[in-house]
Amino acid sequence: MPKKSFRQAINEALAMEMRRDPTVILMGEDVAGGMGAAGEDDAWGGPLGVTKGLMPEFGRDRILDTPISESAFIGAAAGAAATGLRPVAELMFVDFLGVCLDQIYNQAGKFRYMFGGKAVTPLVVRTMYGAGFRAASQHSQCLYPVFTHMPGLKVVIPSSAYEAKGLLTQAIRDDDPVIFFEHKVMYDDEEEVPDEAYTIPFGEANLTREGDDVTIVAIGRMVQFANQVADKLEGEGIGCTVVDPRTTSPLDEETIIECVEETGRLVIVDEASPRCNIATDISALVSEQAFSALKAPIRMVTPPHTPVPFAAELEDLYIPSPERIEEAVRSVMGAQA
Amino acid sequence: MLQLSKEDLVKAYTQMRTIRDFEERVHDEFAGGEIPGFVHLYAGEEASAVGVCMNLNDKDNIASTHRGHGHCIAKGCDVKGMMQEIYGRSGGLCGGKGGSMHIADLSKGMMGANGIVGGGPPLICGAALTAKTLGTGAVAVAFVGDGGSNQGTTLESYNLAKVWNLPAIFVVEDNGYAESTASAWSVGGGSQVKRAEAFGMEGFEVDGHDFFAVYEAARDVIAKARDGGGPSLLHVKLNRYFGHFEGDAMTYRGDGEVDGLRQKRDSLVIFRERVAETGLLESAELDEIDKSVAGLVDEAVSESVAAPPPTREDLTTDVYVSY
Repeated sequence: MPKKSFRQAINEALAMEMRRDPTVILMGEDVAGGMGAAGEDDAWGGPLGVTKGLMPEFGRDRILDTPISESAFIGAAAGAAATGLRPVAELMFVDFLGVCLDQIYNQAGKFRYMFGGKAVTPLVVRTMYGAGFRAASQHSQCLYPVFTHMPGLKVVIPSSAYEAKGLLTQAIRDDDPVIFFEHKVMYDDEEEVPDEAYTIPFGEANLTREGDDVTIVAIGRMVQFANQVADKLEGEGIGCTVVDPRTTSPLDEETIIECVEETGRLVIVDEASPRCNIATDISALVSEQAFSALKAPIRMVTPPHTPVPFAAELEDLYIPSPERIEEAVRSVMGAQA
Repeated sequence: MLQLSKEDLVKAYTQMRTIRDFEERVHDEFAGGEIPGFVHLYAGEEASAVGVCMNLNDKDNIASTHRGHGHCIAKGCDVKGMMQEIYGRSGGLCGGKGGSMHIADLSKGMMGANGIVGGGPPLICGAALTAKTLGTGAVAVAFVGDGGSNQGTTLESYNLAKVWNLPAIFVVEDNGYAESTASAWSVGGGSQVKRAEAFGMEGFEVDGHDFFAVYEAARDVIAKARDGGGPSLLHVKLNRYFGHFEGDAMTYRGDGEVDGLRQKRDSLVIFRERVAETGLLESAELDEIDKSVAGLVDEAVSESVAAPPPTREDLTTDVYVSY
């Protein structure tokens, strides 16, 4: 099977779904590479090159550059979705949700319920998230807990290239609005990705490692760190199950509960700000439904409750690290790091 | 007016009368404590919704405002289904899950009243994009109030509609007040038409009490949009007879202001006078319409009162639910 980057996997899912379904369109800032500019079209393939090659293949009618007007074009994507298209809108950085949130949560997310089940809104908002790029406070946040909080939205956070292709294909075919999170430091990560189209269903967690002692639930990029820790500790006889929920809405509660019941110990790794994030949510879920299975207090590994700092030394301290995950696993095992 | 058939005139008058009766009746029932929640009435503005929507078909989409009942009726939503929705009944157009501020019927091209001021214009850019992409020949119309005309979403939508050359029409219904704040004060620059022109769109000011003026202005900009001529704006000047919401004491309005409007600026009276001049419709025919509409609204209310509310099962359907 060919190796492909996270970027290629996303590009491939977009292209394949656009070939398959003429109602799929793409819009966003610079996705066609610079509408109206003097230089070469599509040369840079949009922000981080994710959409390169799409405009030449599908044309300007389906690959739409937008003005920097997130409210207008995210809302237009919602309106287009409610009237017969399957738009994929690119919100360049999730940090920009502050300038278009109403159109996502008050409009798109509510149509189906508020209109008595008579509306479908097959909208995908692709967006970049996460720290590690030295991009500072307004271009580094996670914010998926905000969307997870909102009924009517589905929230997808792929942890690898393979996952990204299958989950994005599913997202485009899904009839509900989906917010699709791409970690900005993962675009060059490579793994084996099939050439053909495939889907990964929402709400079905993936176990990337299996062990008897500790369950580590990790979100997005943190799955990679959790895997590293699991591999290291296996050599010491500490068995870790790593749960990648893949989607935080819907959330595969059953698999998380089952794994905790088997291991009796839980570490949750979440790159989002610590209050009301996915870690606290899963902690509450397990406390309520599997309290008696716990042999140790739940540990949450998160950043501090601060904006994302700029300086490399500070940002590296901010991001949950494999070392901190390892310390948390050892602590629930009753050992000191 | 000459281009309208007798059938069209009957339809227009029937819709305007239906809106008026519907709203007067909702006002009474709300005052009697029968209707829950927030209600914003369209009485006085009928000629705008009907004048615009008479130029549209079911494939064309509209987005509405808080004050959406008139747009719903003008776009062909079922009146009884609307009334049941306002009463929160399971037989309502949205199964009782939407209410007055969220009545929608996408099969009629009615994309919803909207609880967010300025919520509709971006959605309409999307509906217009769908029409353009699929080549359906449809247009999309955003109704927005003078209050909504100051929202960034509205101004961004003007720009997006222009740069994408969308078949979109923005209808700014200026009833003089955003809640209680006068549009004469809140609209910087004072002119919606100049705002349109600043974005490269044509804009026209229209007397919103005169169905025929609205109809003709809308006909032209809608035809232009259908032909690929891009977006336009109508600035419709009109008045509302009731408060911003039901229960509004309207302390901000002048003494006798509303009474004066009802006497001098009543779109239904103006319509009757205009058709009488042409001789196309007899007064007796219009009286018959009045009677039939009154009966329909009576039935809508009595059926709504008797209709069952949604059930516990309805709470968690039509959405993905997790704990």
